[in-house]
Amino acid sequence: MSSLAQTQPALAAASLPKATAEPAWVKWTLVTVALTFLTLFLVLPLSVVLYGAFELGVKVWWDAITEPDALAAIRLTLFVLVIVVPLNAIFGIAIAWAIAKFEFKGKTLLISIIDMPFAISPVVVGLIFVILFGSQGWLGPWLSAHDIKIVFAVPGIIIVILFGTLPFVARELIPLMQQQGKEEEEASLTLGASGWKTFWYVTLPNIKWGLIYGVVLCNARAMGEFGAVAIVSGRIRGETNTMPLHIEVLYNEYMFTAAFAVSSLLTGLALVTIVIKSWVEYKDERRHKTA
Amino acid sequence: MKPLINTAKKLALAAIIASGSFAATATTLLNVSYDPTREFYREYNQLFNTHWQAQDNPAATVRQSHGGSGSQARSVIDGLDADVVTLALAYDVDALRKRGELIPENWQSRLPLNSSPYTSTIVLLVRKGNPKNIKDWDDLVRDDVQVITPNPKTSGGARWNYLAAWGYALKKYGSDEKAYEFVEKIYKNVPVLDPAARGATNTFVQRRIGDVFIAWENEAFLAVEQLGRGEYEIIVPSTSILAEPPVTVVDKNVDRKGTRKAAEAYLNFLYSDEAQHLAAKHYYRPAKPEIAKQYLEKFPQVNFFTVDEVFAGWDNAQETHFNDGGRFDAILEAIARARR
Repeated sequence: MSSLAQTQPALAAASLPKATAEPAWVKWTLVTVALTFLTLFLVLPLSVVLYGAFELGVKVWWDAITEPDALAAIRLTLFVLVIVVPLNAIFGIAIAWAIAKFEFKGKTLLISIIDMPFAISPVVVGLIFVILFGSQGWLGPWLSAHDIKIVFAVPGIIIVILFGTLPFVARELIPLMQQQGKEEEEASLTLGASGWKTFWYVTLPNIKWGLIYGVVLCNARAMGEFGAVAIVSGRIRGETNTMPLHIEVLYNEYMFTAAFAVSSLLTGLALVTIVIKSWVEYKDERRHKTA
Repeated sequence: MKPLINTAKKLALAAIIASGSFAATATTLLNVSYDPTREFYREYNQLFNTHWQAQDNPAATVRQSHGGSGSQARSVIDGLDADVVTLALAYDVDALRKRGELIPENWQSRLPLNSSPYTSTIVLLVRKGNPKNIKDWDDLVRDDVQVITPNPKTSGGARWNYLAAWGYALKKYGSDEKAYEFVEKIYKNVPVLDPAARGATNTFVQRRIGDVFIAWENEAFLAVEQLGRGEYEIIVPSTSILAEPPVTVVDKNVDRKGTRKAAEAYLNFLYSDEAQHLAAKHYYRPAKPEIAKQYLEKFPQVNFFTVDEVFAGWDNAQETHFNDGGRFDAILEAIARARR
């Protein structure tokens, strides 16, 4: 892909008219439309969140996010991330590896199935797991007989978030690994390296940036997931409320400033994620240029 | 390899530490409740703990879960581990028996006063100074008055508003036909029929549409308190509907967890004088008559009727009025015809 992109412009510049030769007004109209859109639907709402959060001063903001229920929500959200993100990274690598390096029947079907969590509404995802693990559900009687709690407890939250974020790493890695092919691995193996060693020294460095990018996206979604979590959490304050649920609770109780304060924290975490993502993209681009 | 194993070890350790902080301590009770009771139970849990520990019991941690009453009941049926439920409607609590066999048939007679330690009613919230001079339900059918109430098809709370108006008209004018006309006139005065209570509150408070907002008394107080003191006034109508939010121990859960003693004590103490005063502080009417008497200024006397008396129970009210093809659908059609 990248080599193609680099050779084509040279050819095009010589023989064909410039692709961006439209009159200036077209350019400026497009720029204006894009900027207006961004301002209206991104910058403005974000400023409202920040304004609402700090309207009554930093102390009120600080009190809102250090209140025990808020702290519990933050802790739970981070705890879920610690479990979900590594698992999805491992799954993503495994599935991308299987698809890119091996030939088997039903591969196309498998690729489509990976996208399912994106297509199914989060509410349905939540209900699926309540029907599976709830006490009226299929596995419910068995689970309660063994005193195992899944839905309305932390495991349920982890499961639905895991489900919802399943595709992120895999989607990033599949095209990357398919494009890279398997020659380097084959070379490594013929030179006598073990499978693990090949993975560690050949495959992983090759997919490093794609992996980080996928992990960052997975991370962002896992923090913000609402619909499915709302159904399986049971909304126990200080125990099964994640940050997005806690924000809803605060809003419903007319505690607007506190709701905005926790929102601003969640937004802040998302911004950090985006900064990391941009940095990864920048690094990746540099790597392509030097390669 | 080494670093990977080390990282894995660290993660596992972090997981163990973190899950430890979610684990239960000595006696933990889970109270599954509905939305507006949060402040009340937050304070009540402390009050109960003081009382409970004074009787030589170890401290009890009470966890709270709040949400829409119907969906909270659904969650308990599906396995949310409630020791006690404190919901908005007997109908929702009864679902625990009908669909989950979690409580016995006689649950509502196990505690005094229909197992409802506090009550509430439907009142009228108007703007500062009551510019349209609204005094009772009759003023809501006037042509110059705009009424805000959500859609009873989609909002549970709005059904109470509808039934309160219906019951008033039935008592005053004596027939179902007259009551129907009266309620139809009220809904003709509704400029925006929001799907849920929250949206209706926003319409009245933030968008400043409408002259009168039909609301729960406890939520009306909260709105006056939180959304602008002095900007609204509560008008208590002469006749209104009595809501008795019931409480019960969830037998199947407490017996499995061995928390029955604490759970029962938790609910019994709701009938203590201290708890009754606390309910009044949080805008619920104390159910015990001798305590209620002390709050006549805050909660003026109302001619109460219940859903059971006037509508022969919730199942009947639902079927006659709110199901497809019911009375409310007829009202909506009539209004649509009139506007055409």
